[in-house]
Amino acid sequence: MTTTATVAREIAAAVTDPEMPMLTLEDLGVLRDVRADDGAGEQGVVVTITPTYSGCPAMATMRDDLVHRLTDAGFTARVEVSLTPAWSSDWITERGRQALRDHGLSAPGPAPRTGGPVPLTLTPTRRAIDCPRCGSGRVELTSEFGATACKALYRCTACLEPFEHVKEI
Amino acid sequence: MTPTPDPSHEAGSAYDGLLEHHEVAGDDSQWAFGTDFEDPLAGVDTTVPDDVDAAALATYCLMLGDDALVMSHRLSEWTSNAPDLEEDIALANTALDLLGQARLLLARAAAADASVVPALPAGSPVPAEDALAFFREAGAFRNVRLAEVPNGDFAHTMVRLLLFSTARLAVLGRLVDSRDPVLAAIAAKGVKELTYHRDYAGRWFLTLARGTDESHRRLLAALDELWPLYPELLATHPVEAAVAAAGVGVDPASVAAEVDVVLEQVLAVSGVERPDKAALAGVRGRTGRDGLHTESLTRLLAEMQVVARAHPTGLW
Repeated sequence: MTTTATVAREIAAAVTDPEMPMLTLEDLGVLRDVRADDGAGEQGVVVTITPTYSGCPAMATMRDDLVHRLTDAGFTARVEVSLTPAWSSDWITERGRQALRDHGLSAPGPAPRTGGPVPLTLTPTRRAIDCPRCGSGRVELTSEFGATACKALYRCTACLEPFEHVKEI
Repeated sequence: MTPTPDPSHEAGSAYDGLLEHHEVAGDDSQWAFGTDFEDPLAGVDTTVPDDVDAAALATYCLMLGDDALVMSHRLSEWTSNAPDLEEDIALANTALDLLGQARLLLARAAAADASVVPALPAGSPVPAEDALAFFREAGAFRNVRLAEVPNGDFAHTMVRLLLFSTARLAVLGRLVDSRDPVLAAIAAKGVKELTYHRDYAGRWFLTLARGTDESHRRLLAALDELWPLYPELLATHPVEAAVAAAGVGVDPASVAAEVDVVLEQVLAVSGVERPDKAALAGVRGRTGRDGLHTESLTRLLAEMQVVARAHPTGLW
């Protein structure tokens, strides 16, 4: 049986991230739940999303885009925020990782384990990553911070192209 | 004469994207910032646990939120002024993370006890988190003084960020077990962010200490200047003691040893002696957590709040 929530979920799952439009909200792992909203009539749905970073400025745009797409499809949609469990780059789907690579971005490796005292790291972060353009492993970190909170800047010393790496968190 | 571009045509105007949802009657949210405010806690259950004093919880949230807000503002003052583009971006990223934490914490304070929110003219659309950020006087801010003192050089910012993020990471690391599920969730996100804030500041501390004579001299000067503000980060305020006893907050004194070990590690690797400087005294024992600030906070707030205060019923 196709329920309201199932149809709404398909629509919500296809909405893309405003800052990395090659990724859907589902592939990015920020779409947590779509369920019927009993108080809002037969076509009422509640969509739950979670922020990637505390200050993620894309949350309002994501909410608006979700409401638009669902409204266009005849739903009465409301968007809620869920803070827990905290988003992890591990939630980016395999399809999402492929989409990142296809668009010249380097996908994150496994996120560090959390819990307990956090060790201090005074040496540059080492990641075994390949240039998404030429595939060479000869890459160097330019900066741990990039144009959005989720990305670090790298440079390939083989093909000399700069590229962005989605950070492990 | 060129005909008006047809928005429905493939080769239409650059503004087509804006009109994509024009069929949604009365919906203006495709415009930047919309006509609607984003509640960072929309849909989050903000019920205060039964046996917890809501006023104390709200004040505690203001302490953690004001630390983040004021520190974020100081970091954001580097935007377009940092030594190079990469550091400019790094500092802006850090400021944005802290601003996000501040929004969540101020919204949580307001949801716990609405009486902490300043009154605004009837019909003002300003949400509680903005009323708290933009319409309180300096004396109502509960941040530590370390966060508010004016920026100096780059070494000063790195020393301040190291002290600040080391203490905050330790506190939030314990706060993930708070009985208040909202605070616990905010802390869990914050821990991930503060981990790389602290690493970033620690690496620069080491680099500057082991760099040139000039960078070494500047680092020591910054450390000497800021060290008197370090003890305040780890001192226990009665509100912190109360919320810690209730299992919703963390007494910073309980993480003092852990914080000191991390700082000692950075100092040792960097070959820098711990400064022999006494704590900056409060006024009759009152410090930043009591709303007793240096004059620099008033100037910071004057700049940060001026536009919002000029338009208390403004819609952004």
